[in-house]
Amino acid sequence: MDRSDSEKTDVLPMFKQEYGRYGRQMLVPEFGISGQLDLRSKRILVVGAGGLGSPAIQYLAGAGIGHITIIDDDTVEESNLHRQTIHAGNVNVPKSESAAEFVGKLNPCISVTPMVVRLSPSNSFSVFEGHDLVLDCTDGPAVRYLINDTAVLSGIPVVSASALKTEGQLSIYNYNGGPCYRCLFPIPPPADAVQTCGDGGIMGPVVGMMGMSQAMEAIKLLTGVYSESFTPFLMLYSAYNFPPWKSVKVRKRQKTCAACGDVPRISRQLIETGQVDYSEFCGSPSQVLLGEEHRITPEEYSKIVSTKHILLDVRERPQFDITSFPRSINIPWSELKHKEELDVQVDGSPVYVVCRYGNDSQNAVDKLQKLGIPSKDIKGGLYAWAKNVDEKFPIY
Amino acid sequence: MQITVEFSGGLETAFDGNKKHVLDVPEGSSVNWLLHHMVETLMPDHKREEGKNIFLQDESVRPGVLVLINDSDWELEGEDQYILQPRDVIIFASTLHGG
Ligand SMILES: [Zn+2]
Repeated sequence: MDRSDSEKTDVLPMFKQEYGRYGRQMLVPEFGISGQLDLRSKRILVVGAGGLGSPAIQYLAGAGIGHITIIDDDTVEESNLHRQTIHAGNVNVPKSESAAEFVGKLNPCISVTPMVVRLSPSNSFSVFEGHDLVLDCTDGPAVRYLINDTAVLSGIPVVSASALKTEGQLSIYNYNGGPCYRCLFPIPPPADAVQTCGDGGIMGPVVGMMGMSQAMEAIKLLTGVYSESFTPFLMLYSAYNFPPWKSVKVRKRQKTCAACGDVPRISRQLIETGQVDYSEFCGSPSQVLLGEEHRITPEEYSKIVSTKHILLDVRERPQFDITSFPRSINIPWSELKHKEELDVQVDGSPVYVVCRYGNDSQNAVDKLQKLGIPSKDIKGGLYAWAKNVDEKFPIY
Repeated sequence: MQITVEFSGGLETAFDGNKKHVLDVPEGSSVNWLLHHMVETLMPDHKREEGKNIFLQDESVRPGVLVLINDSDWELEGEDQYILQPRDVIIFASTLHGG
């Protein structure tokens, strides 16, 4: 009988080609062929194909998870590529499609479904359905609570990670007596304390390491490593510390938890009808909005740029170091807000304040007012300056 | 007796920017006492008011901060009533959300 390489026989549990493809990991005693057969029958949902999702997807696809669903409504930007290497050559392409394209090329033995939509309270339950595990690779508290609640109510465990600057964290939620995200964090942090990778920055290998660790934990969970006994943990990674890794024991499922407790206060119906308001629950950062009389446009500023004035740049130092206006003075907003006087000689010159996007500069003008120094905000910050006045000005 | 306090996830910005402090504390002190002691002794004067708001809420750590006593969630150790022991390491880890 003529038998092609990719034909599964009655006696073999996998296609012959898969023995070759997965041989190196099947040699590992902890994993073995039983681990491979486990992965082969499983379906994973990856929420977010960004800094965490990219490496997680690459390694899960390589390992041979039967099916991967990727949901992300974002498109690839150049500023993503230092860490989201899965998207090579795909600027402006939807991230979920770009990632799925990689999966198709790497491993034709598995299936993949990209979804170019945003996970929301109205679609989360149908998106989660039919998956054995969810990877939380998102970047904000509101969506993290939505993923948690949907996972709890759907009975699906979550491997969750996060990263910022030089640090990362990883946990498994809603699994085998362990906590859910709400058990650990019943109340979200104040919105002002939440930083994104876009403001705070992120080292590529740091978030890459976290995404890859999610892939490893997913493989362990799906092959039953934690099925008999599971000690809930939080993994902490800090690239510039020694030692950089630390794993700590965390609490079990909390009886009083709003999502997974004995008397849950969150239900599918409350989520789908919008009665659990995730954005209100997590809030938004405090922001002064100035009246027009305290603001000028970048175009207006360009006309007075050569007259005598003081330009105060309130971005954080690393941003100021990347690029700045000649003769501008840098006092980061995080420092300015604590000052009781300004150690800059103003002597009657008009003061203009600039930042990256024009948010902190408004906070700063408001603060300067309180210090008795009148000033004006340059609307839209350096971003608007580069867009509307000087297209050579570098934007990062 | 001496204990060590460490910050993870950026909470050191509410203090003086250092991630690690070795503190001398009286025997029998609780973690609750430590929280207020840290505000009084580790925060620069001009930052204390704002720093306190970043660190504490309703007289305990603010939401989004996990307290780890010798690598274990304080929930497993009696939370802020835990009595500090010589050479304890207390980590204040604020959750990250980026990805
Ligand atoms: Zn819970």
